[in-house]
Order: sequence, then C-alpha cells, then structure tokens
Amino acid sequence: MVGILADKDRIFLNIYGQRDWGLEGAKARGAWNGTADIVAQTPEWICDQVKASGLRGRGGAGFATGLKWTFMPKQESERPHYLLVNADESEPGACKDRDILRNDPHLLIEGCVIACRAMRSHTAYIYIRGEYVHERERLTAAIKQAYDAGLLGPGSILGYDVDVRLQHGGGAYICGDETALMESFEGKKGQPRLKPPFPAGAGIYGCPTTVNNVETIAVVGTILRRGAEWFSAFGTEKSTGTKLFAGSGHLNKPCVVEDAVGISVKQLIEDHFGGVRGGWGNLKAVIPGGISVRMIPAEQCDEAIMTYEDLQARGSGLGTGTMIVFDKDADLVKAIARAAYFYKHESCGQCTPCREGTGWMWRVMERMVTGEAEMAEIDLLLDVASQVEGHTICGLGDAAAWPIQGLFRHFRHEVEERINTYRARKGSYAGASIAAE
Amino acid sequence: MSVRRLAQIQPESFAFTPATLKAAKAWMANFPAGRQQSAMVPILWLVQKQEGWVSEPAIRAVAELLGVPVIRVLEVATFYTMFMLEPVGTHALVQVCGTTPCQTRGSEALMAVCKRKIGPQNHKSADGKLYWQEVECMGACANAPMAAINDYYYEDLTPESFEKLIDDFAAGKKPKPGSMTGRQGSAPEGGALTLTDPKLYDGSLGKKIKIPNLPPKAPKTAKAPA
Repeated sequence: MVGILADKDRIFLNIYGQRDWGLEGAKARGAWNGTADIVAQTPEWICDQVKASGLRGRGGAGFATGLKWTFMPKQESERPHYLLVNADESEPGACKDRDILRNDPHLLIEGCVIACRAMRSHTAYIYIRGEYVHERERLTAAIKQAYDAGLLGPGSILGYDVDVRLQHGGGAYICGDETALMESFEGKKGQPRLKPPFPAGAGIYGCPTTVNNVETIAVVGTILRRGAEWFSAFGTEKSTGTKLFAGSGHLNKPCVVEDAVGISVKQLIEDHFGGVRGGWGNLKAVIPGGISVRMIPAEQCDEAIMTYEDLQARGSGLGTGTMIVFDKDADLVKAIARAAYFYKHESCGQCTPCREGTGWMWRVMERMVTGEAEMAEIDLLLDVASQVEGHTICGLGDAAAWPIQGLFRHFRHEVEERINTYRARKGSYAGASIAAE
Repeated sequence: MSVRRLAQIQPESFAFTPATLKAAKAWMANFPAGRQQSAMVPILWLVQKQEGWVSEPAIRAVAELLGVPVIRVLEVATFYTMFMLEPVGTHALVQVCGTTPCQTRGSEALMAVCKRKIGPQNHKSADGKLYWQEVECMGACANAPMAAINDYYYEDLTPESFEKLIDDFAAGKKPKPGSMTGRQGSAPEGGALTLTDPKLYDGSLGKKIKIPNLPPKAPKTAKAPA
C-alpha cells in the first residue's frame, strides 16, 4: 500500500479528474447517498456527529468544525443565516481545494446542504478566487445539475431547502481571511474586520454567518455516511481523519494526494511525492503547511508527522497540509525573500505594522540574499518581525513574520556566512570593521 | 500592498454590450434585494472580459449600474490585482506565477523567456499582441511552474514548452490548457499511485445505505425545523 490509507477509506475518489465530475458520476461514487436521511435529523445531531468525528477546519487554522457550527444562533430571526464557503485558495503551496472544485464539486455542494441544515441556514455562498476561472465554470455547471435534479432550491427532494450560490474574488490573498472574505463578498475592498462581533453573530450583511474551507465542507457528507468513529479512527486524538496533502518544490513527483492525518513527513514525501530530488539525504528543509508556517530542518523530518500537535511542537504547523520541500541546492534565503515579497504584495494596507513592516522586511531580506546586509540587521529584522506578529487585525502579519523567523531559527548561519562572504569579496567595504562583532 | 493607478490615457466612453449587461444583471440577481453592491467584483470582471481592461469610464458605468458612488468602484478596481488598469495585449495576457513554490521549480527561467520574447513586464510587446506580468501564487503549486494565459492555467512548463505556447498565442492559436507534460490534473507524473481499487468505481458506493449513529426512531416531536 502506498501511504497509510487504503483506497476504500478515501473520500475524494476523483481528485485527479480521471472520471466523471458530474452528478451521475458523483452519485456512483457515493455522493448524495443518504443525504435526505442526514438532513432529516436535527441540527444538534449533525453538529454532535461532526464534533465526534474530530474534524478540524482544513483551511489552516484547524478550529473544531462541529463546535464552530454550534456558535450559530439556535433560532432563525428576520436575519437569515449564511454559510460562506472559503474557496479563495491562495496560500503559496496550497492547491488542494482546486481539485475538489474542479473534479469533485458534488461533494462540496452536498456538504453545503448538510452544513446549512446544521446551522439552520438556507443559503450557502461559495466564494471562489477570481483566478480559478475553469474551476468556477465547473462548479457553476455542477450547481446547475444539482438544481435540475431537485437537490437544491425550493421544494428540494431532500426535504430541506438550500440555495447554493457563487461569488468570486478579484485576486487578493487577504480575502482568505474570513472577515476580509466577508468584506470582499459584499463588494468592498478585502480589508479584515475587527472581531468581535464574530461572524456567527454578525457576518455578511450583518447576518449570522459561518465561514468554512472547501475541504472541510466537502468531507462532511462522507463522514456522516460512514460514521464519526470511522473518521476519528484515523490520525491521533487531536488530529483525526483523512486529509488532502500536496507537495511542491524539490520533489521528484509533486502531486496532490489524500492520506490519513498522522502520516509521517518522510513517508508522505517518499511514498506519494516520489521522494526528494537527489534522495532523502539531499533534503534541506520542509515548509509543511503552506508558506505561512515556519520551516522545519531536514534533521527533524525523520520523526515529524503531519498532525496539528506534532508540527506545532516543532514550532511549525499543519496549516493547509500542503508542503514545500527544499533540497540542499535550494537557496532558502532567496525562497523566504520571495515569500516576504508575497506578503508585501498582498498586505491590504489597513494596519500600519503589516503595511509598513512587510515592505521593510522584504527589502532587508533582499539584501540578505546578496549578503550586503549588516550583521546587526539580522537581530533587527527578527525584532521587527516579532513586532509585526500579533499586532494586526488579521493573521497576515503573523503569517509574514513566521517564515522569516523559521529561516533564522534553523539557518541563521547561512545568512551570516553570506554576509561574511560578501564582506570578504569587497575587502574595503566601509561597514566591514564595524559589523565584525 | 501594491500601488495601482489608473492609466494616463483613457477612452472617451464605455458602454456595456448586451451580453455583458445581461450577465451583470444575473450577478446582481444572485444577491438579496438591496445588496447589489456584492456583484461589483464579478461585474468589473465582465467589463474586463469585454474590453480587455478596466477603464475610468467603465468604472463610472459600473457605479451607475450598481447605484453606488464612483469611489466605491474605484477603490475596488485598484485594490484587486486581477483588474488590469491599462490595455493589455490583443492576443494574450501572460501571467507567470513567481511565488516560492513556482520559483523553486524554475519560474525565473519562464520570466526570462517573457523578457526576451515580449519585453519588460507590465508592458505590451512591440506588436501589441502580448503583455506579461509576474503574479503571486495562483494555487496550482503541485503543477509548478505555471502561467495563466487569458484566464486558463498552463502547467508543468519548461522554458521550451512555454516559448512555444507564447508563439502559438501570438499566431492566434488557442492551445489547450492544463499540464504541458500530459499529467492527469495534479496526479503524480507517470500516473496515480492511489485510487486504483476498482471497487470504488463499480457503482457499489451508490447503492442505498443506512446512515450510522442515527438517533432511535420516534424523534422528539415538533422540533421546529429551523
């Protein structure tokens, strides 16, 4: 067996798009099976089952999904409830939701119906990133199929009416933050809102709203069909279930794959991603959860496992479960400098520490790449990073600081060497004598 | 953040084509009554599809259509980087992803191809057919390096295959999007190693099932459906 998950326990059976993405194909693979029986249950039953499954949000933060749903008001008032599905997948490294959207869209649509029932909502909006034009076309077609089959809309054959609608963005990473997503949804600039009020109290149009990641919603139907205990049997106590992983960077065969949470980093890379370019011994570092988590060096990758708690203990995180791998030839300083540019580009400009800090950090990182920075600037950079972190409305400030902190935690010596080499080459460099502390 | 301004030279006027207007109205109907502003990004996108870019008169027209002040549309058009604020190439808008996952797999070589064949980024080529820019992560990292050309993704590129793509677009062809090495979606090169069990696809999963863990029959009466 490749990996630690048998084919019979996979949820996404068309993740590569080799089969029919449409309604008939999806039904033959188990989607929409027993959905009417599920939505006939009380919201409490659905939330309890999802809680029992241990499902945690797959968008990066890892908040308990069943618990999140119970934050919605227990009675519907004149303000309708909304489910807002976050399909604004923009995290560098992450490309898993895209495969659900284009190849298994019916699992997502079915999940929307069940999740809406669980939070007493009759409308789900799927906010898809603007660049995913093909995926949007596919999803539009799948939603139409579901309406035509009477699965959605008024008088649903499922016995619970849900409208699933689309919204799309305009190319802004920040809209992956749930409150920025809601601003953008309403046709404004995607600048995050202060919390409280929390979305479950006042979200889009001031109505109770829950924002969930695509993968989170798409797995719900299968979890309820097969039982919460089936899902929670995979992984560890705090990180259960199966999950889509993706690999990019210096791998022989980068791909997206579903496996059980708790697979080791090494097995994931060797079994599914064709191994590190040049062999396992050529591994330098892994960013395990999308670029905004801290990297872990090769020596930790032998024991590291893909769970929330293990990676957190290593100062990193599971994030979206989409790893970027670097081999020994990689220029990590340059890679992180490019990430710093990404955050500079994607900062929404609302909070000063992030707006000014991301640009500043990028400029210093660029000088570290060439080595022309001052040695003292390393500590200055880390100081600035720690002052951006935690001092912004949303998590983008944190996300901008972490990759830089991760680099210096494990590879500070590389930057120092680079600065020294640059100095040595330019023997008469004015600052050389000062900085040789 | 990125600083984005409207182009110096603007057209005199803008008018929605009937098809664009119809699609715009459909987006406006997608949202609750009184919430038509929500359709702003999709409508600006339609405008861009019609004209190739978003001009100042178009921004005014969208504001009028949605019944919002012009500044609301202007700030959205300049905030979201998908909106091109100046005319782009007539044949192809080439957007090369340059973020770390693509960078580690050779996007810099792709951008060198663009510089050589098209010229500096954010400018049209001499013949006006092509326009290129470096963009941030497009979300196709397992198929890096990639570029989006006229909305669709071209993946697993090499400088050679990319050069040919650009030539094809310049010649007015429409190459098929997807992996340039023939990979099936995001499956590993050489074919999927998982999902090989034929039982997954024999229809047995579609047969009627009993949902597990259901509460005992005779549910609590009149639990008001929400």
